[in-house]
Amino acid sequence: MTVLRDVETLPGVSGWHRVCRLTDLLPERGAAALVAGVQVALFRTFEGGLHAVGNLDPFSGAQVMSRGLLGCRGGVPVVASPMFKHVFDLRTGESLSEPGPGLPVFAVRVQDDMVEVSLEPASQPASSSADTADRAGTVASGER
Amino acid sequence: MVVVGHGPAGHRLVEALRARDAAGTCRVTVLGEETRAAYDRVALTSYLTEDADLALPEHDEAVRVVAGDPVTGIDLAARTVTTASGLVVEYDALVLATGSAPFVPPVPGKDLPGVFVYRTIDDLDALREHCTNLTLSRPGAGGVVVGGGLLGLEAARAVQGLGVETHVVEVAPWLMPRQLDEGGGAMLRRHVEALGMNVHAGTPMERLEAGEDGAVASVALAGGASLDAGVVVFSAGVRPRDELARGCGLQVGERGGIVVDEACRTSDPAVFAIGECALVDGQVYGLVAPCFSMAEVVADQLLAAASDTDCTARFEGADLSTKLKLMGVDVASFGDPFRADGLDVTYTDPVAGIYKRLVVSDDARTLLGGVLVGDASGYPALRAQVGTRLPGSPEQVLFGGTEAAGGDLPGATVICSCNNVSAEAIRSGIRAESLTEVAQVKACTRAGTTCGSCVPLVKRILDAELTAAGVEVSRALCEHFEHSRAELFDIVRVTGITTFTRLIAEHGRGRGCDICKPVVASILASLGNGHILDGEQAALQDTNDHHLANLQKNGTYSVVPRIPGGEITPERLIVIGEVARDFGLYTKITGGQRIDLFGARVEQLPLIWRRLVDAGFESGHAYGKALRTVKSCVGSTWCRYGVQDSVGMAIALELRYRGLRAPHKIKAAVSGCARECAEAQAKDFGVIATEGGWNLYVGGNGGMRPRHADLFATDLSDEELIRYVDRFLMFYIRTADRLQRTASWLESLDGGLDYLREVVVEDRLGIAGELDAAMARHVGSYSDEWADTLADPERMRRFVSFVNAPDVPDPSIAFETERDQIRPVLVAGAELEVAGR
Repeated sequence: MTVLRDVETLPGVSGWHRVCRLTDLLPERGAAALVAGVQVALFRTFEGGLHAVGNLDPFSGAQVMSRGLLGCRGGVPVVASPMFKHVFDLRTGESLSEPGPGLPVFAVRVQDDMVEVSLEPASQPASSSADTADRAGTVASGER
Repeated sequence: MVVVGHGPAGHRLVEALRARDAAGTCRVTVLGEETRAAYDRVALTSYLTEDADLALPEHDEAVRVVAGDPVTGIDLAARTVTTASGLVVEYDALVLATGSAPFVPPVPGKDLPGVFVYRTIDDLDALREHCTNLTLSRPGAGGVVVGGGLLGLEAARAVQGLGVETHVVEVAPWLMPRQLDEGGGAMLRRHVEALGMNVHAGTPMERLEAGEDGAVASVALAGGASLDAGVVVFSAGVRPRDELARGCGLQVGERGGIVVDEACRTSDPAVFAIGECALVDGQVYGLVAPCFSMAEVVADQLLAAASDTDCTARFEGADLSTKLKLMGVDVASFGDPFRADGLDVTYTDPVAGIYKRLVVSDDARTLLGGVLVGDASGYPALRAQVGTRLPGSPEQVLFGGTEAAGGDLPGATVICSCNNVSAEAIRSGIRAESLTEVAQVKACTRAGTTCGSCVPLVKRILDAELTAAGVEVSRALCEHFEHSRAELFDIVRVTGITTFTRLIAEHGRGRGCDICKPVVASILASLGNGHILDGEQAALQDTNDHHLANLQKNGTYSVVPRIPGGEITPERLIVIGEVARDFGLYTKITGGQRIDLFGARVEQLPLIWRRLVDAGFESGHAYGKALRTVKSCVGSTWCRYGVQDSVGMAIALELRYRGLRAPHKIKAAVSGCARECAEAQAKDFGVIATEGGWNLYVGGNGGMRPRHADLFATDLSDEELIRYVDRFLMFYIRTADRLQRTASWLESLDGGLDYLREVVVEDRLGIAGELDAAMARHVGSYSDEWADTLADPERMRRFVSFVNAPDVPDPSIAFETERDQIRPVLVAGAELEVAGR
C-alpha cells in the first residue's frame, strides 16, 4: 500500500543524495534516477525550476513518470503521465485530472552544479482520496 | 359466405374469419380454380430451387373447400354463384379473391409450345419438364424471360437453375422499373450479369419464332437482334382477374380491377373484393402485405355484419416499401422514390456494387423516399424516417445516421467501451455538472480515461451539448492556444516559425502542456522544419516519439522495423528472429503485416536498432502520428486473380510517405483485385487494382468506429494515383484537427467528398501546387530516425535507465513466461493498489 517501503531503515537514506550534473537534465524534459533504491523522476523546466517526484505512475503501476510531458495548467507546473495522460501537480504531487492517489514529492536542490535529492518528502504526497491519508504518515519521515 | 379464389388473400381471409368467429356464425365455402388448395405463391421460386413445400395450413372442417372447379358466373340478384361443374352456391356475402393473371403481350408466336408463364405450381412443373427435355435434346440452349421486374428476375434465376443460358428482356430502360430508379436498375443489372445472366433492357420484343419441331426456338428483338430461345417465360406484369365481376355487372376500373371502397366493398354491398383483383382508390396492389391487410378488413366487416354491429375497419392504403434479397442481392425501395419535387442524394460504389439514393424535400430536411441496391442495411432506419425531419444532413443519413454529429448519437450508444460509458451518461454528466471542457467530462464520467480513443467522440458530444445550451464552443487547442490545430498549422506555414517557444510567445500564452506540445511538434515536423528529435523539439514529443518506440504497460517499449508492403526476405526475417532471441523480446505479427518486438528496456533500444539498421532495416514509425504501413495482398505477380502489382505499388507508396507526420496515424493498403484481400476500404487511403489501373478510396477506418472508405477516383494511372494521394494527405495534414483521423476529418469537411475532389482533382482552392511541393519536400528530406539517433551522441543520452546509474536496468521490470515467450509482471504495481483497475 505504500510507495516507499521502510524508508527509514534503508542505509544512507536520510540527507541529500547527489544524483547528476544539472546539465545532464534536458530543459523541459524528465529523467529517472535511482536514489537509495527509490525511483525518482527529476524535471527541469524552461525557467530553470527543478522538481523531484516519485517515478511510479499510481494509475498504471509502471515506473514512467520521468518520461511524461511537462506543462502548466492555469499557472501550475504539471507533468502528464505518458501511460494514460493523468496530470499531476509537480509542486504537491496532487492528481489533477481525476480523483485518485498522487505522487510523492521530494526535496531537490542544486549544489556546485550538481542536482541533489532528499528522499525525505518536501511535502506530503497529495491525495484526494481519504483512504490514503495514513499513507502520508508512512512515507513522511518527518526528519529533515 | 362464399369466397371465390383460394390464393394467399382468400386463404388469409378464411383464417382470420375462423380465428375471430369462435361461435361459428359464418358458414364458409371456398371455391378454388386450381386443383390444389391455397399455397404460398410468394415463395414460388423456392418450389423449383429448393423443392419447397408451399402448402398453407389447411382450414378447419367448418370450412368447405371446393378445389379445381372454377366459378363461371355470379347472379347478384339471386345471390348465387355457379361453377364449371354446375354447382350452385348461395351466399349472404360474397368475397372475390380471384387474384391476377400473367399478362402476355400480343406478340406473334406467344402461343407456341415452349412458352410459359410464371404464376402457379402447374406452370412451374410444366416449365421444369420442358427445360429438362430441352437441355437433353439441345445442350447449351438459350432461354428468354420476358420482363425484368421482381417476378421476371426470379423466373430468370429459376430458368438458369434449370440449366439454360438465360436472357432477360425488359422493355423499360432498366430492371425493376416499378421499384428502382435508373441508377438502382443499372447497379442491379451489374449484379444480375455477374450471376451469369444476359440483360437486354430498353428492348421491345418483336416476335417468337418456331424451330423445325414447331416449338419456340428464338426470340427476335426490335432492332434485328435474335436470341436463342428454346424456352420463353412471360413475366411482363399481371392483370387483375376481374372477368367474373364484369360478367355480373359489378363496377370495374378502366384498366381492370374490381372497384371497391375502403371497406373493400364492391358496387354491390353484398360483394367484396380483396387482393390483387381489387382496385382501391385507383390502385391495384401486387404485394402480399396490402393483400393481407384487405383480407383482415373484410374479415372484420363480415363478422360485424353477422353480429349486426358497426365496423370501422378500413383499408387505408399501404406502405409500398419493399426490401428483398433477390438472387442474393439486397434490393430495397421505400417511401416514394419517384417524387418529382424532391432532391436526390445519390451514392454509387461500382466496385462494391452498391447504389443508394435518397429523395428529400427541397429544403433537404424531410425524407421522402429512396432506393438501396447492394446494401440495404440502412433500410429499417430509413423507412422509419420517411416523412419525418432528418436528424442530420442527407449524406449522414445515407451512411447510417450514427455518423452524424455527436448530438445525434442514441443515448444508449456506448461511447467509452473501456469504462462502459454511454452517450446519455456523458450528456447527463455535462448537464448536471455544467461541464464545458473535455478534461472535466473525462474526470466526471471516466469516459476517455483509459485508452483515450473515444475522446474525439466525447468532444463532439460535448460540443453538441454546449451548442444546444447556447454556450459558444471554443475551438481552442488548450489553455495555451486559442487556435485550432488547422489554424496553428497555417500560422506556422505562413510565418515560417520553427520553434515552439516563438510560436507560443507570439500566438499563445504560458509554457504549453502535454496537449499543445505534441501538436506543435507534429506541425513543425509535417512542414519539414527540422528533425523531430533536434533541439527544442525534443522536449515537445511524447514518450513514443521521444524514444522512437512504443511505450507498453510495464514501462518497456516495443520496436517495429519497417517492412514495406509486408514483403520481407528470408535473411531479414532471420535477423529479426535473432535480434528478438538475443534481447529476449516477445514477438508478434501485427495487423499491418510487420513484426513487433516487445519488452525492450529504454537502454536496450539503441542496441536493438544498431543490429536492425546494420541489416538494412529502418524505423517503422509505429510510435508516431505518421504513416504506419501500406498493407498489400500478393497481387498479379503470384495471384491467379490479381490484375495489378499490388505489392510493388504498396512498397512505392510506403517508401514515399514513410516518416510523414500527421494529425494522427495513417494506415493504407493496396489490393490487387476487387476481391480486396488487403482490406483497403478500411484504411485512411486504400487502393484497389482494376483492369484499367487503380481505384482510390479515402477516409476508411477500422478501430472503434469503423467506416468504409469512400471511392474517390477510378481507373487511375500510377502517376495520377500518387498525385492524388499526395494532395489528399497534405490537405488532411494542413486542415485536420488534433488527433482526428481521416475518417472523421472527411465527415467534418464542409462539402464532404465532393469538396475534397474539387480541391485535390480540380484544384479549386489553387493550392495543389503548394501541396505537391510540400510532399516533394517531405520525400526529399526523409531520413531514418533510428540511424540518425545512433549517429548522434547528444540524442543517445536519453536512452539510459537512470541518469545516475545508466547501466542499472530498471528493477521494477520483470517478466514471466507464457507460451514460451516473456510477458510483463508489474512488480511495483503488485504492491500498489493500482488506481482505477
